[in-house]
Amino acid sequence: MDRRNFLTSAIQATATAVVAGSVVGAFVEENKNKPLTLRPPGALKEEEFLKTCIRCGLCVEACKNRENKFVEDGKEIQTLFLAAPGDNAPIGTPYFIARTGPCFMCDNMPCVYACPTGALTPEMCKNEKGEVSIDYAKMGVAVIDPSSCIAFWGLQCTACYRACPEMDKAITIEWKKNERTGKHAYRIPVVHEEACTGCGMCEHACVTEKPAIKVFPRDVFLGKAGDRYVKGWDKKDEERIKNASTNTKTITPRSKKSAIQNLNEGVNWDD
Amino acid sequence: MIKNKYLILRRITQITILFLYFSATYFGWKILVGNLSFSKLFNTIPLADPYAVLQMIFAGAVISSNLIIGALIIIAFYGIIGGRAYCSWVCPVNMITDLAAWVRRKTHHEKDNLISAIKIRKFRYFFLVVLLILSAIVGTAAFEFISPIGLFTRAIAFSVGFAWVWLLAIFLFDAFILRNGWCGHICPVGAMYSVIGSKSIIRVYHDKEKCTNCGSCLEICPENQVLSPIIHKKSSFINGIECTNCGRCIEVCNDNALKFSLRYIIKQKGEENEKINAN
Repeated sequence: MDRRNFLTSAIQATATAVVAGSVVGAFVEENKNKPLTLRPPGALKEEEFLKTCIRCGLCVEACKNRENKFVEDGKEIQTLFLAAPGDNAPIGTPYFIARTGPCFMCDNMPCVYACPTGALTPEMCKNEKGEVSIDYAKMGVAVIDPSSCIAFWGLQCTACYRACPEMDKAITIEWKKNERTGKHAYRIPVVHEEACTGCGMCEHACVTEKPAIKVFPRDVFLGKAGDRYVKGWDKKDEERIKNASTNTKTITPRSKKSAIQNLNEGVNWDD
Repeated sequence: MIKNKYLILRRITQITILFLYFSATYFGWKILVGNLSFSKLFNTIPLADPYAVLQMIFAGAVISSNLIIGALIIIAFYGIIGGRAYCSWVCPVNMITDLAAWVRRKTHHEKDNLISAIKIRKFRYFFLVVLLILSAIVGTAAFEFISPIGLFTRAIAFSVGFAWVWLLAIFLFDAFILRNGWCGHICPVGAMYSVIGSKSIIRVYHDKEKCTNCGSCLEICPENQVLSPIIHKKSSFINGIECTNCGRCIEVCNDNALKFSLRYIIKQKGEENEKINAN
């Protein structure tokens, strides 16, 4: 093979590989961005998780063969799945669907400790004191739709409250007077995100046809007040004000002049 | 001697591995858990696909000790012993592409190629590098999203989904578009194992004295560019790095001119291995 031939075929092969690679790249970009995917407990942040997960399924195996199996209507509930194409989660990565298979929050966290790569890690199930427990997992957060939640209509329910493994911490019941009847009470479920693990037991238990309480990944649902708003009555929260940026100028053509100039513009001072 | 003993043994190892993955999930057996990207043997020994780990390094992941040990075990195993044996003895996609090759032999003539095959054999090495760069760009192991090996093993051990579409596409591609298209031209995992096993010990040895130049081996070989420079030309080990040690050439040879032997260790009579070049 002479040099010209060699160069030509090398360029052809490179070009073909780049064409094929860009098709793969486009598919990967589409497939990896599934923000509604619920991850097992102890998962790293989604971006890091996708780098670190090798898609071996040891977590799924550990989940399927765990000790506290849960049988409903004669069928064992499977929580974790490894995403196959068409599952609406990045291919090969573990996920769960809260409505049909919520996380039962095993105390020994078999899925977390099965992970060989650290994509699931006990580090992500810690409280402020550094204690590891499944109660500190942050798989997601429960969100209530008041329009379809029958407790908001005035009906007696509390199914989610009673199903919650963090009862009275993650979901509490708020009593309010029912003005419509004048003699009954609303018993309304309220989710407290700081205690909610996102296990999905509430969504699983919800009695409405489509669940009125659903679990979403925390990044999707939770907002962020930013440094400008602090709880003045909370000493700890007030410390955040130290981080607040002082660089908050809005620059418009008027900003070129000084404040005094702007105030006095158009005023004719008599000597 | 059984006629197709290597073929039968290969199918047994391939199906056994798939069955062990399946039984880990469904019966809770802890013999071999996971799939071909990463598995745990006897619940202790980690085994990791070196190409998957390499992609993760490019993607910028923190690599755990499990992955490093697992990848080193695999590299040592195939580097010393197996060569590209992974492709023909372990990988389940080989069963699909072998079936496609059989269909092709029954339906096609050599001249019926839609794409000329020899020129693009090197494509996989370029693809391997491009996918590594792509992993760095997209920030995740890119090939793992489309790997039919991963899809196949996960389909058996976990759930199928639409994985069968991709596997069917590979079958059709191999059977009707390009001879040995996937395994012999595209698959970057195979390319990785070619490199890892380039100096491996177990190799096929060709004895020129016995060869009658019938061409059966060249016809059956999925990577016949490794055979063609040697068959009936010289007595030598098949040193081409793309040889998968599948042993089909040995089985079809009626003259006993081919056999498995140990490179570097067993000196063959009349051997002319001037040097072992990486192709």
